[in-house]
Amino acid sequence: MVTRQTRLPALLRMAAAAAFAALAAGVSAQVAPGSAFPPLAAAGLTGGSLPQTAGKVLLVDFWASWCAPCKASFPVYSQLNAAYADRGLVIVAVSVDESPGAYSAFVARLKPGFATLHDSKQALVKEVQVPTMPTSYLVDRSGKVRFMHPGFHGEQTERELRGEIEALLAEKAPAP
Amino acid sequence: MRNPRIRFAVLALLGAAAALFSGCSTTAAVRVRPWERGTLADDTMNPDRDPLGSAMIEHVNFSREAASGGRGVGGSGCGCN
Repeated sequence: MVTRQTRLPALLRMAAAAAFAALAAGVSAQVAPGSAFPPLAAAGLTGGSLPQTAGKVLLVDFWASWCAPCKASFPVYSQLNAAYADRGLVIVAVSVDESPGAYSAFVARLKPGFATLHDSKQALVKEVQVPTMPTSYLVDRSGKVRFMHPGFHGEQTERELRGEIEALLAEKAPAP
Repeated sequence: MRNPRIRFAVLALLGAAAALFSGCSTTAAVRVRPWERGTLADDTMNPDRDPLGSAMIEHVNFSREAASGGRGVGGSGCGCN
């Protein structure tokens, strides 16, 4: 028989369970080396077309028009794209700008030689949980994040990226 | 819980608990995330964007209040890298 004394603790237990569920749902795990990168095709990116990434080495860079190191990184990514695209490197630069106009103006001014897309709802960046701006992720041919670069530190980052890209390009593509 | 007062009290308690825990479940109120700093990075958020104006205010403070310094606290920027 359900009495007033037994129903009240049950309600409190349900409230506590709901609260912990909300807490767990609100904290998403950060994408880091070893984990799979979220599929770009399902991220709702706008502002351009997504290149073919299956079986390729993928460099995903999160940037914003208000971020000075992001601006400094674009010429380097253009050089990397020119050097390694033929061997299987795909660079996708994802803007987290809240304003579509800021995204378009930045791309029009810098004219990057690689794919740029706009995460206008900031859904992908929230899922990835980048630690700082900019942050780039090197994803191997199987879709797993292998290297992560928080921030852009000029020649040091470029040197590290070149070594890592060479290593990933030398790996064989996984069997279909 | 046939007593309406007790039922109201329990519902109010549950509502307060839900509001409290939902606030804890998002860290947005605790820390501005790296991708949310566009407004902070705007030039208008820089208190020292007008060096001449800052120097004049400093001069007025010094002349009238005999006070100087204490204006070197940074409050803007994107916090990049």
